[in-house]
Amino acid sequence: MGLYLKYKFLTMDALLSLQNLKKYYATQKAVDDISFDIERGSIFGLLGPNGAGKTTLLRMITGIFYPDSGNILLEGTAFNPMLDVEKIGYMPEERGMYKKMKIGEQAIYLAQLKGMSKAEATEKIKYWFKKFEMESWWNKKVEDLSKGMSQKLQFVITVLHEPKLIILDEPFSGLDPLNANLIKDEIYALAKKGSTIIFSTHRMEQVEEICDHIVLVNLGKKILDGSVAGIKQQFKENNFSIEIKAGSSISSNAIFTVINDTDAKYLIKINEGYTVNNVLQHIIEQKIELIGFNEVLPSLNEIFIKLVEGTHAGARAFQNI
Amino acid sequence: MNKTWLIIQREYSSRVKNKRFLILTFLTPLLIVGLIAASIYFSVSGVEYRKIAVIDPNGYIKTSLKNTNQISFSFPTNVDTSNYIQKGYTDILILPQFEKGKKSDYILRSQKSMGLMLQESISSRINSAIEDQMLQDAGIQQNILDSIHKASQVAELKAYEDKGSSSKESNAGLAMGIGYASGLLIYMTMFIYGAMVMRGVMEEKTNRIAEVIISSVKPFELMMGKIIGIGAVGLTQFLLWIILIIGLTSAAAGFLPSDIQSQVETLQQNNGQMAGGMMQANESAQRIYDFQHTMATANWPLIIFCFIFYFLGGYLFYAALFAAVGSTVNEDPQDAQSLMFPITMPLIFSYIITNMVTQNPNTPIAFWASMIPFSSPMVMMARVAYGVPSAVTYWELALSMLCLVAGFIFTTWLSGRIYRTGILLYGKKVTWKIMFKWAFKKA
Repeated sequence: MGLYLKYKFLTMDALLSLQNLKKYYATQKAVDDISFDIERGSIFGLLGPNGAGKTTLLRMITGIFYPDSGNILLEGTAFNPMLDVEKIGYMPEERGMYKKMKIGEQAIYLAQLKGMSKAEATEKIKYWFKKFEMESWWNKKVEDLSKGMSQKLQFVITVLHEPKLIILDEPFSGLDPLNANLIKDEIYALAKKGSTIIFSTHRMEQVEEICDHIVLVNLGKKILDGSVAGIKQQFKENNFSIEIKAGSSISSNAIFTVINDTDAKYLIKINEGYTVNNVLQHIIEQKIELIGFNEVLPSLNEIFIKLVEGTHAGARAFQNI
Repeated sequence: MNKTWLIIQREYSSRVKNKRFLILTFLTPLLIVGLIAASIYFSVSGVEYRKIAVIDPNGYIKTSLKNTNQISFSFPTNVDTSNYIQKGYTDILILPQFEKGKKSDYILRSQKSMGLMLQESISSRINSAIEDQMLQDAGIQQNILDSIHKASQVAELKAYEDKGSSSKESNAGLAMGIGYASGLLIYMTMFIYGAMVMRGVMEEKTNRIAEVIISSVKPFELMMGKIIGIGAVGLTQFLLWIILIIGLTSAAAGFLPSDIQSQVETLQQNNGQMAGGMMQANESAQRIYDFQHTMATANWPLIIFCFIFYFLGGYLFYAALFAAVGSTVNEDPQDAQSLMFPITMPLIFSYIITNMVTQNPNTPIAFWASMIPFSSPMVMMARVAYGVPSAVTYWELALSMLCLVAGFIFTTWLSGRIYRTGILLYGKKVTWKIMFKWAFKKA
């Protein structure tokens, strides 16, 4: 009973829960016992090197693949690909369109496949096309669009049916900064309105900027799960940046080690057993004039590389037999 | 189901609205008429004439050898193998001294080699000349012989099929024509529409739209939507062709002079005879009547029903296989060629069997080929044209149809399993072995 209540409590806010998902192919374990929850209304980063199992995971969440074992719960009930596809908007990394089909017709068709009526779809598409200044494209064919333009169209089609769960796999690739910002603002707006967004990318600076929570997978296993801020705290290495007045200098000692110095700006690592106060005390004792002192948290990029490097994930080419 | 219907609609309308479809639909009947006209023209204008010098040592057949409109025989003196060309002959024929009861050869020498038809025509002329000569030797006079020849051309074979109490006139020539034409049509459409399905699947895969759609519908729905949509395009095309052909022929009939039209009507009312004691019917009217009469011997409702059934059945059978191949192709369309081979082979083989079956509808190979779904759409059509139940019994037809339905359910199931894996898999060269592994692995 107690366990049940705890479980209930934990999943209360979760839009999506993955429980012990497994998907094995003949030659490898693409997804090997992965569990995590995604909170409603959050922007969730799913990270991992190429071949880590991200695509397989996303395909299971979108109902394209069935897991070999494990459960997927959407809003607390078992995920049913037949019914729940309409609650999901999926923009795959490798995405395409019918090249010869007119853009308006194509958007209506894809919206209808998500269960919208034609009239409803037409109305929504007009709204989004206006918002993204795409109205004049209606009768154009996809083959006449630039990559960035078709990317915008893809995004519109993904979110058109107001899905509860939006999955974006590398949504910014190929977009200029202006359009990337446009999409980014929409992602924030959608999350604010209550949509949950799974964001998959290799661009760690984007994850840091956008995501609330991340999961890092590698070789089919979850290796990291937490809020962005929490993970950075978890991986901090007691590094600080120190700026001192020009002309004076500091060097490694018992309290800290200088990792890097350029023009009176130093990056130091506080040695085991010492604190920030010890460092400051040392600097004051040395009569060095301090200009700046900041904690340096590792970037997600550094954490990513640290965790993944040397695991030969890249050699694990995607196979599906 | 609702979503499959959306897919069917898109597949259908995107193709039917296409300019290429309209051009193909309206030009094909014209092209076929043009081809027939051209082949008639060439068979008339391309005829070669032969002027043959006959060396007949004892003048045995000199009087009875008759010219044809392609061959003229003459019996010149002082022409031999060394100089017949200079003398203006194309060939020289050297006959032996004929002796009673003894088989002997005769020799034909030519500058240009001679076709089989021409050789056979010469041989039959010579033999009938010898026969005539022998009859004359036996005491029958030339004028009696001529009148016998003339009289023997009058009779015409009319074959009837007996089934129970009713007997129906049959026409082997027509049956052969219908069987051949419908077999060929099904053969062509299997290729055209099968390849269309394959290209459609390849397009979705290489365009990378497949993954977007498969996140909304099941792979099987996408595949079936495409197959059914394109099948509907095929049916539309047939329907338009039938309308076009009926329209064209009735329009052409409207251009007939009114006296011929009325004569055709009289012939129809009097079962092929002009009203008592009236003059001989006009030759064109007679021909039109004969054509209509011949056409009426076929059981058209059955043939059209079978055609539609076998077209659809055969299409579903092969289209699913083509879809499976399409789903395994990567960026390189060349891959499709080698994978298509096991599908196109039975198609081509069935076409060859069909050609044989149009002449002999009841051989064992015809029976088996009309049961096996790989070939039954074509071969059974060729047999059905000879009549049900006289050439094909009802149970044979029913069994063949059942096998075809079972066949396409099987290929669709098989292809569905290959398709759902293939459509999302990139960068791996797929072989038939791998496809079978996908088809029979557990879900």
